[in-house]
Amino acid sequence: MPNRQRRTALAITMGAVLGLAGALAAGPVLAQTAPRTDLVVGMRLEPPHLDPTAGAAAAIDEVTYANLYEPLTRIDAEGKVVPGLAEKWEVSADGLTYTFHLRKGAKFHDGTDADSADVKFSLDRARGADSVNAQKGYFAAIAGVEAPDARTVVVTLSRPDGLFLFHMASGDAAIVAPESAGANKQTPVGTGPFKFERWVAGDRVVLVRNPDYDGPKPALERVTFRFISDPAAQVAALKAGDIDSFPQFDTYEALPQFRDDGAFTVMVGTTEGETILGTNNARKPFDDVRVRRAMAHAIDRKTLIDGVLFGNGAAIGSHFPPHRAGYVDLTGLYPYDPDKAKALLAEAGLANGFETTLRLPPPIYARRSGELIAAMLAEVGIRVTVEPMEWAPWLEKVFKGKDYDLTLIAHTEPLDIDIYGRPDYYFNYRSERFNAVGAELDRTQDNAKRNALYGEQQRILAEDAVNGFLFMLPSATVQKSAVQGMWVNRPIQANDVTGVRWK
Amino acid sequence: MLAFLVRRLLTLALTAWLATLVVFAVLEAIPGDPALVMLGTSAQPEAVAALRAQMGLDRPWPVRYAGWVGGMLHGDFGTSLTYARPVAGLVADRLAITLPLAGLALVLSAGIAIPLGLFAAGRQGRAGDWAVMAFGQMGIAVPGFWFAILLILLFSVRLGWFSAGGFPGWEAGAGPALKALLLPAVALALPEAAILARITRTAALDTLREEYVRTAVAKGLPRRAVLRRHVLPNALIPVATILGLQFSFLVAGAVVVENVFTLPGLGRLLYQAIGQHDLIVVQSVVVLLAVTVVAVNALVDIVCAAIDPRPRVTA
Repeated sequence: MPNRQRRTALAITMGAVLGLAGALAAGPVLAQTAPRTDLVVGMRLEPPHLDPTAGAAAAIDEVTYANLYEPLTRIDAEGKVVPGLAEKWEVSADGLTYTFHLRKGAKFHDGTDADSADVKFSLDRARGADSVNAQKGYFAAIAGVEAPDARTVVVTLSRPDGLFLFHMASGDAAIVAPESAGANKQTPVGTGPFKFERWVAGDRVVLVRNPDYDGPKPALERVTFRFISDPAAQVAALKAGDIDSFPQFDTYEALPQFRDDGAFTVMVGTTEGETILGTNNARKPFDDVRVRRAMAHAIDRKTLIDGVLFGNGAAIGSHFPPHRAGYVDLTGLYPYDPDKAKALLAEAGLANGFETTLRLPPPIYARRSGELIAAMLAEVGIRVTVEPMEWAPWLEKVFKGKDYDLTLIAHTEPLDIDIYGRPDYYFNYRSERFNAVGAELDRTQDNAKRNALYGEQQRILAEDAVNGFLFMLPSATVQKSAVQGMWVNRPIQANDVTGVRWK
Repeated sequence: MLAFLVRRLLTLALTAWLATLVVFAVLEAIPGDPALVMLGTSAQPEAVAALRAQMGLDRPWPVRYAGWVGGMLHGDFGTSLTYARPVAGLVADRLAITLPLAGLALVLSAGIAIPLGLFAAGRQGRAGDWAVMAFGQMGIAVPGFWFAILLILLFSVRLGWFSAGGFPGWEAGAGPALKALLLPAVALALPEAAILARITRTAALDTLREEYVRTAVAKGLPRRAVLRRHVLPNALIPVATILGLQFSFLVAGAVVVENVFTLPGLGRLLYQAIGQHDLIVVQSVVVLLAVTVVAVNALVDIVCAAIDPRPRVTA
């Protein structure tokens, strides 16, 4: 008898499992798509706080930039500098004096006027001795800020800074008020078209339309940013209809299932994230350019992009994004050629290869790329030990302490090729030629000339093979098909929803 | 009984103090600078230094340790380095989710497991017993997070009965909040219930072999009455012990389920705080968890002593 009973129990268990599987396979419920004025945006990481002038976490800007706070100037969807709190500005011929004219009627969310005194306060706070601004360097050229009248701000620079208007458009340069700045981390007060409603810690931040905004009113009345870190949970939340739009969606392997589903739209655009195999140029044997070139020949970017990004990403040959004017295509300089790599290593006296360590920070693209690159380097005799690290130790040891051979990270700040000119940066790279071009760039306002100089810098970096230049991180957005106006590309790290509406 | 209680409380205090030492030492030893984590890869050294001073990290470690422990004794847990909020409030917000979640899971777990275990023991070797054992085996083998994903796929994506994770906040009302906790509680409870059912079954089987049970059966008591009056109370001692251990595990170990359901509970706070090197939050939460585990174990011992007087003498 026990046998029959056992079979019965087995049949019941299997029936239950199959029933569950069948229910799962039957497909998702169609999401409701009536015209709406609210939007739920999915984000991978929760911001630690909501003050972009006191933290580098991209998630802060991804909630607040352009929605809640406004800098003097602003970056639009195409990456151009457009008016922000300042409606117009003039630059003196020597490039040392910037005169900003603020919007009339601009008000903070607490009802106080946003005037030139607030701008002076914000800029002085960011460049002051006590500044905890993550991009304090953006304000380094400022010699003085004057407020001749309530609507005019005059900024004088100690040296020309070709990127000044660009940097003043970053979230780090958001204009805040002296009365509220201290509490912005928890209860942010800005001048933007949305104001803060509430923050359910660990779950969501809710913004509502600011009825007193002096500019064009957004179509949305309420925007909820929800934080979902687990990739499977992200997919489930989209499929369940809980999330309307998920920008910066990095579970690339899940994109095909949303492409095949008529209820969703998938957009893949560009970011400013140059992903590099960071190389310690001061350490042996990486101080030999032949070794660095050998590694460049040993890396197959096509395989890397297919394996890590599932084909969604552009290869780069230097530290510059292909979508920007001034880009020079240098991806052909070191074609994938393991034999050439071995020959170069032999020339450098390392015919038998060498041992090295690759220290990887937590992002999934870094961990996946690292494994593939270790395998590619092994093909030419470079034996790589992969060492995964948490974020805090990575920053402390690799980035700050420069205690590493190789690492892998995306540099996401826009137009950040100047990092190669910083004397103490973690690449340990020094080039007089590069720095001379950088000085020329700072003196140059004309765009065509600037682009030519950027081209020059890209060539120098590629010839020196400073780092392994791999690919641009893509910006994938998965959203309900009726959502319109989300940015396709990410010229800065932001989710500007001021132009978003439902069909 | 009094000496027993005093001994328990002393253990509690000693464990809490040891926990503060260990967690502080470990966090001192791990490389990482919370100010650097906040300001990121473009930060200028002087801005990082200014933030370190603002956070009080420029003071030597004995001063920081004394300040932290001294503050805790006065009920001040310090201010989170990243969230810029008092740790006590931060933890209280998260406990308001984790405690109900763990409680709900515990009730579900006990509510499923004890009847199932007794039922199986009563039918040892027959189909019912076999089915319960199979459930137990599956519940132990299936990872909680995977089961959680299955629940989401079925009840949220396919049927649309629940949202796929998230928490509306208690201010949205008890109904929606409890609804958001139900699926996670089931996911959390199932593996625990599986273990507990097997333990209940074994304990009940052991008790069934006792002389007094045989006597009860011999004097003609119905089977139900034997199970309820003689077997259950005696089988409950190991069950209560395990249940107590499980509660600590449910509070401390809910981190995976909280992540899958994106519930802003204590486990998730700890997880995020470690990532951001928010030393104050990590220290305080770990000590809190250590104290909770010890306190719950003490409570279990006291309860067991109430059920069964023997440990009072021997412990």
